[in-house]
Amino acid sequence: MEVGQMQRRLVEFTKSLFVEGFLDGQFLQLQQLQDDSNPDFVVEVVSLFFQDSEKLLNDLTSALEQQDVDFKKVDAHVHQLKGSSSSIGAQRVKNACVVFRSFCEEQNLQECMRCLQLVKQEFYLAKNKFETLFTMEQQIVAAGGSIPATEITSF
Amino acid sequence: MARNGLISRRRRSSDQLDGSDPSPCGSEEVHVLAVDDSLVDRKVIERLLKISSCKVTAVDSGLRALRFLGLDEEKTAGGFNELKVDLIITDYCMPEMTGYELLKKIKESSALREIPVVIMSSENVLARIDRCMEEGAEDFIVKPVKLSDVKRLRDFMTRDVGDITRSDEGDTTRKRKLQESFHAPSSSPFVSSASSSSSASTTPSPSPTPSVSSSKPIAASTDFDFMGFFSTRVKGDNGRHVDDSDRHLNCRKEEMVG
Repeated sequence: MEVGQMQRRLVEFTKSLFVEGFLDGQFLQLQQLQDDSNPDFVVEVVSLFFQDSEKLLNDLTSALEQQDVDFKKVDAHVHQLKGSSSSIGAQRVKNACVVFRSFCEEQNLQECMRCLQLVKQEFYLAKNKFETLFTMEQQIVAAGGSIPATEITSF
Repeated sequence: MARNGLISRRRRSSDQLDGSDPSPCGSEEVHVLAVDDSLVDRKVIERLLKISSCKVTAVDSGLRALRFLGLDEEKTAGGFNELKVDLIITDYCMPEMTGYELLKKIKESSALREIPVVIMSSENVLARIDRCMEEGAEDFIVKPVKLSDVKRLRDFMTRDVGDITRSDEGDTTRKRKLQESFHAPSSSPFVSSASSSSSASTTPSPSPTPSVSSSKPIAASTDFDFMGFFSTRVKGDNGRHVDDSDRHLNCRKEEMVG
């Protein structure tokens, strides 16, 4: 595949991520923070998010498996996850956290467990999407091309 | 001082990068102390500040911030601002010491109270904003933090540190209006966005009006916000509701008492 084609595919794929709600405007902010002096910034932050949050998800899982579930603790974890997903523009993960928190407040264990599953689902889906995105970028760079900037008209 | 707020290293998404960095930092770099317990957020805020030509020290807790500022629990009298911190930007919700508690400690210290403190929070709660402003916070930013937020702070810092005598930009007026817009009747759900949007209109732009119309903050945002995506916060879900769901978090305990 030639570079131009790869670039077009990347643009289409990126657009789809916005259209499907995986990403929101905050991701564009991150892209603006990347430049020649920090060419891997986006990959670094996103990777950091997934590493950091994997632990959070484990903590959440064990917190919900306790005999006496501490919903405040659960909520604190979800609050954290909501914050960091929001900071990287991972919109669907963030939204899943918002729903999760409402059930924490209700102290509804069953719904909380369901929410955890949904959050995990969104989390791994997002991870997959980002990996695809970054791989496509890598391939373009390896072929000697440049990453086309994300152009926004309206969403 | 000719330094203005235009940070040309930032590139908008549709711009092509030409690799040059024409923005002169000068020897008077603004030194910002960033406080946030989230690793991801720390990385982002650090980059946001660095790309805006600020020197950054990022710490993960209020305690560490105080230690850095020379204000320890062990020491009795106030520490000294030897490392010359020009601005402190802190997350609100942190374990052990909230951003609000940190703010209070700083304002209580004769050595440190002059340092402007900005609070960041993912929750757009009016009572929280009011409380922080009353305690002496310079500004309140709703997370996620954007380049336009940092740019606004940077503009404020350079004007404050620089030509205080220059009255044409009306920086003190703007600051008062920022505070006024926070204390405005809570009919506006966008009060925290209002501060960012109202001051956004005073940054160098084709339109020469330095006056902030705090009565129409949303219009100001739209006028300046021609890229569209900077206003995601205004359109988004977290700019509207007063959220009580975090009342058990550490950051809420002072709100329950207050």
